[in-house]
Amino acid sequence: MRVGAISNLLAMYVQGFRSMRLGRTLWAIILVKLVVLFTLARLLLPNQLQERFDNDQDRAAHVLGQLVRPPPAPGAR
Amino acid sequence: MLEQIDFTQVNWARAQFALTAMFHWIFVPLTLGLSFLVAFFESIYVKTGNLEWKRLTRFWMSLFAINFAIGVATGIIMEFEFGTNWSNYSWMVGDIFGAPLAVEGIFAFFIEATFFAVMFFGWDRVSQKTHLFATWMVAVGSNLSALWILVANGWMQLPVGMTFNPDLARFEMTNFWAVLFSPVAISKFTHTTASGFMLASVFVIGVSAWFLLKGRHLQLAKRSILVAATFGLLSGLFVAFSGDEAAFTNAHHQPMKLAAMESLYAGGVPSGLIPFGILDPAKQPGDGKDAFLLKVEVPGVLSLLANRVLTSFVPGIDDLLYGNPQQGIMSTGEKISRGKLAVAALASYKEAKQSGDPAAVEIALGELRANQDYLGYGYLERAEEAVPPVALTFYSFRAMIALGTVLMLVMLLFFYFTWKNRIAEQRWLLRLGVLSIFLAYLASEMGWVVAEVGRQPWAIQNLLPVTVANSNLTAGTVQATFFLFLAIFSTLLIAEIRILLKQIQTGPEGH
Repeated sequence: MRVGAISNLLAMYVQGFRSMRLGRTLWAIILVKLVVLFTLARLLLPNQLQERFDNDQDRAAHVLGQLVRPPPAPGAR
Repeated sequence: MLEQIDFTQVNWARAQFALTAMFHWIFVPLTLGLSFLVAFFESIYVKTGNLEWKRLTRFWMSLFAINFAIGVATGIIMEFEFGTNWSNYSWMVGDIFGAPLAVEGIFAFFIEATFFAVMFFGWDRVSQKTHLFATWMVAVGSNLSALWILVANGWMQLPVGMTFNPDLARFEMTNFWAVLFSPVAISKFTHTTASGFMLASVFVIGVSAWFLLKGRHLQLAKRSILVAATFGLLSGLFVAFSGDEAAFTNAHHQPMKLAAMESLYAGGVPSGLIPFGILDPAKQPGDGKDAFLLKVEVPGVLSLLANRVLTSFVPGIDDLLYGNPQQGIMSTGEKISRGKLAVAALASYKEAKQSGDPAAVEIALGELRANQDYLGYGYLERAEEAVPPVALTFYSFRAMIALGTVLMLVMLLFFYFTWKNRIAEQRWLLRLGVLSIFLAYLASEMGWVVAEVGRQPWAIQNLLPVTVANSNLTAGTVQATFFLFLAIFSTLLIAEIRILLKQIQTGPEGH
């Protein structure tokens, strides 16, 4: 009974993917987009604190340092 | 004009986040609303057994799938932007946002892996009722998934249920339920999802109107309009109700935002609502001049909306900046002084900890706790820095309400003429129905402009201004990625519109 239900479920996925028409285009878009966006995000949007510091203690110290320093004047950066 | 715009790094980071969020928001409201409309259509099919309703359901489901597929992962870019452009903020709120975003992730994963598959692949494999259940679960799950991110946003506007840990420089959650049920989170969730329902209803009406204009799929279009107009009108009423609640919470938790929404500089008893007005661009806080070149005012209504009392006082920008002792309003200057005490106490705390002086630690901590509600003000130099861009907030708010009202009228007319079976003859209304799709998106985006621009300069209300929340990068770095993402998002948007139009052209036969 349980084996039958699982194979039925698997068959639904397999048949579903096989019989897709519009879905194929959409899956292609999803995959291409995920690859492009993640690659660009990883390359161009690095996590500043993760990259610059090895542990949470150093990250906390850095942010604390930012909080107690005077803010930059407008237009300074 | 251009020389008036401040092109510093923090503004490029703001612009990049606004671009990503507004692009993401093109897809989200349609997913939220269309999922429920599809569930309604399928419920009617299961109830009546009429195969035309099944055909109709599958057509709208295919548009739902396109929108969902193009929209997937656009929100994830924002999470990367937090780490890059807003690293201080990201670190400070990690403990608060971790729980809601993790719950959102789990919800999204389970829904997408299970119920989506049954919804799209299970038509001939599971019973009608099981399929209907899956469709409803997708609708409920998508909307619950939105709850968590809106709770996180609500917390930024009203930071409750937390304490500041000066050792880790982090806000730590002390009461999950206070965060979940904060009045801002509740009104934000209800207002935002209901506006999504309204937008999706307008979308269904607009596409159906196009079918009627082309003389195609007439029965499908009329049935879709009746259901969508009913859902849209009920949602629209709830949008108005929840919008009123949002304004009420603004009045009590973000009075500066409400003052900017109304361009109210000098508060009064009672305060009038200005449905239409043209602002004087030369107006400055505290100059005593009239803020309007032209205005239509309804006396007392703002007091009623803000406090539920017609004769109550609503503070204006000047009251909030320079204080109003009669009304018990502390000046921003005083808040800045207290904020600077908090920042100085934080610095003393840090030094005392490093030098291992427990007595000094206790004193600094006491000073910090006494003033930490004003911590963010400690980073402002002038009271006027606490004023958000008034004109953008004011006009966006009016555009949102005016468009929302027009859309309600459009839906009412569609419902009436479809009910009377005279909709196909109303060519002007059908054209307006198609145009309304764009108006609904505009209204929806304007709503976010009011919510987010109106709360500037805060990343976290009163506690962290954007100038401290952001990372120490150069403007050029952020600028480059801004234009790159602008190009990518534009390409994706064009792709979505093309695929959607192709599917609409094909009609209910192709899915």
